[in-house]
Amino acid sequence: MHLAQFNVAHMRAPVDDPLLTEFVAALEPVNTLADAAPGFVWRAIANEDDPEETITHEFGDHLLINYSIWESRETLWNFVYRSAHLAVLQRRREWFLRVAEPYTVMWWVEEGEIPSLKEAWNRLTLLREKGPTPDAFTFKEFYEPNGDRG
Amino acid sequence: MDELAAVAALNDPVRRELYRFVTSKGRPVGRNEAAEAAGVARTLAAFHLDKLVEAGLLEADFARLTEKKGPGSGRPAKVYRRAPGEHVVSVPPRDYRTLALVLAEVVDLLGGDEVAEKAAHRIGARLGAESAAGSLAELLAERGYEPYDDDGLLRLRNCPFHVLAQEQPLLVCSMNLSLCRGLLEGRGEPGAPRLDPRPGECCVVFPQENSKTNQS
Repeated sequence: MHLAQFNVAHMRAPVDDPLLTEFVAALEPVNTLADAAPGFVWRAIANEDDPEETITHEFGDHLLINYSIWESRETLWNFVYRSAHLAVLQRRREWFLRVAEPYTVMWWVEEGEIPSLKEAWNRLTLLREKGPTPDAFTFKEFYEPNGDRG
Repeated sequence: MDELAAVAALNDPVRRELYRFVTSKGRPVGRNEAAEAAGVARTLAAFHLDKLVEAGLLEADFARLTEKKGPGSGRPAKVYRRAPGEHVVSVPPRDYRTLALVLAEVVDLLGGDEVAEKAAHRIGARLGAESAAGSLAELLAERGYEPYDDDGLLRLRNCPFHVLAQEQPLLVCSMNLSLCRGLLEGRGEPGAPRLDPRPGECCVVFPQENSKTNQS
């Protein structure tokens, strides 16, 4: 099984606003880092030719989405928190609003399977409504593919 | 594993030296190399290394220590590295960890990262000023960071806040960076520690100038 992760971030301004310039500039290096990271499987890309283009969707305005698939919890963890990605994450308050509800969700997928964006959104909605379950969970409250608490 | 027994396994000076050597390498270490470093015979080193494995402080594996392959390369050698997990003994019993986990969650829920970073900086500066350590590296070693020189950079092999950094990585790694900046400031040394996280190590790295200071 592979681990899918989907997260949304509420931007403080439209993506082309100067407030987000440094964030947009970090997209290419960070995505390049992800693509080369051990355990990386796949990520949603808006435009093959423009690494700074963000994914368009129907889930709300000023909402930046990030969707990727990894071989394991450990490889995803090491990319998120144990790579140069961490420094970008730490500046999140400069670019994104604080939200009270969960903004990131994980679930297990079959190897080779890439669920639709709509499905990813539904997983996040499930987490928001029911809390962590084996079908929609988080790093902090993690579930193994067999449904055991990790 | 009984925590006290695990810690008590380090009571023997040879064993302690072997443990220190293995954990200072950050890679699997063979018996010959460890014996040489501890200044004891290979068989004695092997005995103590295996005791450390039994106590749960090291873990053993088999690996080829030379590049040679095929006939004549010999069988894989037994190698040792630090075991995951941690052992805490407090007499009388104390449990700061649970409280720290609760407080970290509170800070996170309140969105108090910036206040927490400022507090960490302040406390770091106090600890840095109060310490009698002769160099930054000595101070970091005292504080459990296990510093080592990496091509002029001062890196930290151990995260003293490991459990908390697993629970609240964003908060704890930011606080740790602030604490490290405070330590340096408290010593009155220039330099700018920064985040450069790697799997299995502390996320903070000190630049060359701090690394040089401690070698003088």
